[in-house]
Amino acid sequence: MQQSAEFHTRVEHALANGQIKASFRSAMDGLMAKRKAAFPDTEALEILRLHGAQIRANSLSKLPELLEQLEMNCHKNGIQVHWAESIEDANNIVLTIMQNHQADLLIKGKSMVSEEMELNQFLEQHGIECIESDLGEYILQLAGEPPSHIVAPAIHKSRQQIAHLFNEKFPDIPYSDDVDRLTRNAREILRKKFYAARVGLSGVNFAVAETGTLCLVENEGNGRMCTTVPPVHIAVTGIEKVVEKLEHIPPLLKLLCRSATGQTITTYFNMITSPRKLGEKDGPEEIHLVLLDNGRSRIYEDDELITTLRCIRCGACMNHCPVYARIGGHAYGSTIPGPIGSILEPQKAGLDKLGDLPTASTLCGACAEVCPVHIPIPKLLNRLRYERTRNDHAGATLGQSSGRTVMEAGTWKGWSWVHSQPRLYRLAMYIITRLRKLLPQRIGPWTQVRKAPHIAPKTLHELALKEGFNDK
Amino acid sequence: MTNNARDAILQRLQNSQPSFDNSDKPVSVETPEWPIKERIEQFKSILESVRAEVHLAHPDHWTDTLKSLAKKKQLNNLLYAKKGPLGKMIEDSWDNTEQPVLVNNEGPISEWKESLFFHIDAAVTSSRAAIAETGSLVLWPTEHEPRSWSLVPPVHFVVLDANKLYNTFAEVVEHEQWQQDMPTNALLISGPSKSADIEQTLAYGVHGPTDLIVIVLT
Ligand code: SF4
Repeated sequence: MQQSAEFHTRVEHALANGQIKASFRSAMDGLMAKRKAAFPDTEALEILRLHGAQIRANSLSKLPELLEQLEMNCHKNGIQVHWAESIEDANNIVLTIMQNHQADLLIKGKSMVSEEMELNQFLEQHGIECIESDLGEYILQLAGEPPSHIVAPAIHKSRQQIAHLFNEKFPDIPYSDDVDRLTRNAREILRKKFYAARVGLSGVNFAVAETGTLCLVENEGNGRMCTTVPPVHIAVTGIEKVVEKLEHIPPLLKLLCRSATGQTITTYFNMITSPRKLGEKDGPEEIHLVLLDNGRSRIYEDDELITTLRCIRCGACMNHCPVYARIGGHAYGSTIPGPIGSILEPQKAGLDKLGDLPTASTLCGACAEVCPVHIPIPKLLNRLRYERTRNDHAGATLGQSSGRTVMEAGTWKGWSWVHSQPRLYRLAMYIITRLRKLLPQRIGPWTQVRKAPHIAPKTLHELALKEGFNDK
Repeated sequence: MTNNARDAILQRLQNSQPSFDNSDKPVSVETPEWPIKERIEQFKSILESVRAEVHLAHPDHWTDTLKSLAKKKQLNNLLYAKKGPLGKMIEDSWDNTEQPVLVNNEGPISEWKESLFFHIDAAVTSSRAAIAETGSLVLWPTEHEPRSWSLVPPVHFVVLDANKLYNTFAEVVEHEQWQQDMPTNALLISGPSKSADIEQTLAYGVHGPTDLIVIVLT
């Protein structure tokens, strides 16, 4: 239960921090408006979302075959494929590649899987420096913080905070809080790193089984730098990212860009199919693809929870979430925050560790309404709440029944028993209505922000009988 | 380690193949089809909305456009591909006393990386195709026009034949049958490099080119 207390403390901190709330509110409002403008035709959007959901569901239904096909085609193209059961495996694979090339500097593009792996910390323990090159990620690395949004990682930071951070870390560069100037400074610092690094690392947005192609979506060009300039490129991805055919990419790309930031398309869409070929003048000579499981195959076992794996990481669910907008990304305490994080992360880490996350939702349904691949997020949140308290030990969810308490279970047992005994039920209701004045006015967290409910002087039954309704 | 992991992961996935309903019936998504004039307009307006420049030019005189744009930008040098599809026309129209100075290097980038990274002002490359719906250039870099040319120099000129302007990305992939033979690297480029990572404020020229200038041959 330690985790639960930590979670609540973080939430309270976030709620008490006006700057965080204001940053998120305005950023989320902006992103929601942009997404809306990017899909002017709701009917076309619905068709596209159905199409996207179908493509992802289709890929998942053939996942083992597609992974084998991807591996075969990658091999044929000269990309080396590595499989990792756990984040330890994945970290060690990356470390070995680094050591084989005597590389002590890794330049990184944006990759949520590498965040999941905590790769930077791991490599740094082995004397390897990691540099984040996405502007937002770089800022956070300077600040020593994790991302608070999967698409806009430094969204919680103000321009002035970033300016002070740069000034503190690079006292030789004159202070400026001008966004263009800050960007220019980062460009100059990082350009030298791209130039020097012998190994670059990236994530993968889609891996195409049919052709063995790795697709990357980005705006800054750092992803292209990491995958073009260093002689070795390592791509890390979850096993669920595979897509069957190349023709599936255009609709997914459209959904991803428009749902994420309302852009028609990102500046760069980078499709990598092989290392440098004979005669070519640049590009990595070696490409490694690391396929990470880390709990995904367990999620895969459940016909309902498997829909979690359809996610294309657009972030729209968090942009539209009233809870996320108020508490921000860090409060969740998981790699991926927001609605998708609240269903994905507890399944990976176990409900015993992150079982509170599915409760961080009002179940308003906004996430499911915007999700480009139709993930029924509220349904899955409910399902995980159930998994956390059920104790029939059926199903594969990690940490099942870890949130069950004797008191709660007993209360509901009593409740359902009373409700199945009409006489007893009426007697109980009679007593409660008559003794209503004696009931406590303070009932835990409920009355911290609300009044205790008023109980009516007479039961509904009594009133209905008086009105002449037949009880039989 | 990897081999065991591979078999174990695949085994687990095979043992639990989902039983959810998955109709292979494709949802029909309509793709727009515009006449060429509209395609060019759409392409131009979308690219301009992300601060790229688009200039229309005659197929026989586009080098004049290139030259005057390069002069206006006060570039010192311009990287071009001698053996690429544009090489001859550029050479024929350039006077070797003229600014910017034409630069060519056919060697592997590793041999002249420093100059590419820190001394080249601009590069000009061709484009394989383009997409009107999203304002995207399609580049399949080649040994003559390597992929870092469209990435590292601060200014990137791209020459596009208007006949290669498709409606949508889906159309390009289908029409050109990309799945048959993917190149080492295929790129869609839809503007200068940008970021909104600081307070959601757009800044251009983060790691890639600050200026993307497209010359469309019509
Ligand atoms: S769950 Fe849906 S809305 Fe949320 S990030 Fe994934 S794809 Fe986007």
